[in-house]
Amino acid sequence: MPITRRQALLTGAALAVSSTAGACGSSDAGSSGAEPLSDADLGAALKAGGSLTVWSWNEPLRKTVKDFMAKYPEVKVDLVNAGTNTDEYTALQNAIKAGKGVPDIAMIEYYALPQFTLAKSLTDLRELGAGKLKSAFSPGPWNAVGAGADGVYGLPLDSGPMALFYNKEVFDKHKIKVPETWEEYFAAAAKLHAADPKAYITNDTGDAGFTTSMIWQAGGRPYSVDGTKVGVDFADAGSEKFAGAWQRLIDDKLLAPVTSWSDEWYRGLGDGSIATLVIGAWMPSSLQLGVKSAAGKWRVAPMPQWEKGAGKSAENGGSSLVITEASAKKTLAYAFLRYATVGAGVQSRIDEGTFPATTEHLGSRAFQDKKVAYFGGQRINRVLAESAEQVASGWSYLPYQVYANSVFNDTVGKAYVGGRSLQEGLKSWQDASVEYGKEQGFTVQ
Amino acid sequence: MAPVQSAAAARPLPVRKTRRSWTGWGFIGPFALVFTLVFLAPIAYSVHLSLFQDRLIGGTTFVGLDNYQRALQDREFWEGVGRVGLFLVVQVPVMLGIALLVALALDSGRLYGKSFFRIAIFLPYAVPAVVAALMWGFLYGTRFGLVGDIDDALNTTLPDPLSPGLVLASIGNIVTWEFAGYNMLILYSALRVIPASLYEAAEIDGAGQLRVITAIKLPAIRGALAIATIFSIIGSFQLFNEPSILRSLAPNAITTSYTPNLYTYALSFNGQQQNYAATVAIVMGLITMVVAYVVQLRGMRKAA
Repeated sequence: MPITRRQALLTGAALAVSSTAGACGSSDAGSSGAEPLSDADLGAALKAGGSLTVWSWNEPLRKTVKDFMAKYPEVKVDLVNAGTNTDEYTALQNAIKAGKGVPDIAMIEYYALPQFTLAKSLTDLRELGAGKLKSAFSPGPWNAVGAGADGVYGLPLDSGPMALFYNKEVFDKHKIKVPETWEEYFAAAAKLHAADPKAYITNDTGDAGFTTSMIWQAGGRPYSVDGTKVGVDFADAGSEKFAGAWQRLIDDKLLAPVTSWSDEWYRGLGDGSIATLVIGAWMPSSLQLGVKSAAGKWRVAPMPQWEKGAGKSAENGGSSLVITEASAKKTLAYAFLRYATVGAGVQSRIDEGTFPATTEHLGSRAFQDKKVAYFGGQRINRVLAESAEQVASGWSYLPYQVYANSVFNDTVGKAYVGGRSLQEGLKSWQDASVEYGKEQGFTVQ
Repeated sequence: MAPVQSAAAARPLPVRKTRRSWTGWGFIGPFALVFTLVFLAPIAYSVHLSLFQDRLIGGTTFVGLDNYQRALQDREFWEGVGRVGLFLVVQVPVMLGIALLVALALDSGRLYGKSFFRIAIFLPYAVPAVVAALMWGFLYGTRFGLVGDIDDALNTTLPDPLSPGLVLASIGNIVTWEFAGYNMLILYSALRVIPASLYEAAEIDGAGQLRVITAIKLPAIRGALAIATIFSIIGSFQLFNEPSILRSLAPNAITTSYTPNLYTYALSFNGQQQNYAATVAIVMGLITMVVAYVVQLRGMRKAA
């Protein structure tokens, strides 16, 4: 793995970058004169101060902002919760269209980034010197913020390599072994539900992000994107492998009919009726904040595999901070971005349970060895960091994934309430995505 | 001095004319201004929008009536129209029937605690539609809601009110609950203005209660019934709040194009297709106008 080795070598450089990001006026030996912005420029901007508007629904970022303002009292950061994911994107798109009320900085999930870069709504951060930050981030998130090799449109805020979160108490009670493969997982699903009809292995009512991540891990690459040429094909082997297998859970009614993030969902995670979640590494903070009653019961294990010991995972969720093209304070905004994504701000969020995207923190002893009390003192970061290294490569989302995901339940969702199979659902999702792509002027293969 | 005078003398008539027309504008002006700004301008803007197409690749182009042609062939749109049409022919008669029965019962003067019933039946209308939909959504829950509790208590398995086959009926139930009281009030106030002398005459003629209802009360409130019907038709075609709120509980039963209004919303906010959304809204507006007009004509003819 040459990339990993280079990363390791460059971690030192990343450290240097992040430690000087905050230091006012000190010049960074690593930055070349060709870069448009030096650290001195950033330091000067921080000293001069001003106000920034940041849109984000990420709770841990609140701490980062607080720490930042304590360190740079001249800068006032106004953190606004403009809605969660699609609600925020809608608001952001409307603001950009109206040319009014556009924030300087916004949080955008990786899957939604292409839609905004395509519309040229975001600043290419290479102009501000972000090109040299490549080594600071793990490759998955770094690829996600770069539209191909065409630019850097955001800096990774967190990442979501997937893992299996399971309720150990429930597993122990029914003598279920932690599944290493999907076959074992499906067997566990049947065993658990037979033993306790109120308990389910997991919940699923049709979730676009989950489905695409599962297909990602299974080796499917349904989306191909080359500039304005896109392809959508859910008939590939990986997609069919997932759809065929998951259909069994639907047919046998082994999935709790509970929608994620609903009150019922949190209750199910707390009372043991939803026994596992296969989800991104950002989940610990949500569990700790949302399901306090289950403290000590949950554990983390590697994602189940299609072939035993294959060691493959996928990303699920994860988000970046971007600077809007409309922002009038790009230098100051970039200074904040650096602080929050590679500087001291990362640690404040890790302390709140966020899973970082920075190689420095992922590789650090303190991070890997941290025993998390909520998870019964398990060193969960080891499992999660390992998953980050195992993320399968070559995945891309559609440049209009936000729209595609919005019609997921119209199409694939039908499979969850009877009437059609997952495969048929994926086919009609594909049709809807192709049709929209054509309408929007893409060349669709 | 002289030229000025002669100039003034040369145009006495136009000046007077202008003054007269300005007086008229003075009266109509405030209304015309507001009417233009809040009524005509948005419609004109929607029509303007509907003639263009804004694409992620290629930007905005003038496409003439292409959007209208697309709307006429749009399966999702017409399925939505069909759904609210079905909703209309089932839910509106049920709701107005209930409203009428209650109004007649209140008006009969034989009900104890009349004002309590009147306010109790009207009260749901005061509950915001969003809150009502949320509340009913919880009642409909088969796991932790009322339906689930009934199942647990009686050891039954009631059908899921939020399943694809039943969700329209469930929405109808919510809308009936919300608006029966409102329509009752319209009908009741129409009943209250019937002159007492008609009832006295009926009594002298020996007419029973049923005869009084069919011969006096119903004909007298026909106009109010027509109004209530038209309001309900418009309400049905604009169905949005209830399915939109319930969607978060039943995402697979209620699609993004479930009703024309939901479809317009999804087109515009999820798909960034404001132009096509405007087209769909205009087409739906025309359909609503035609149906409401036909009903109004019928209602008036009967009244005459």
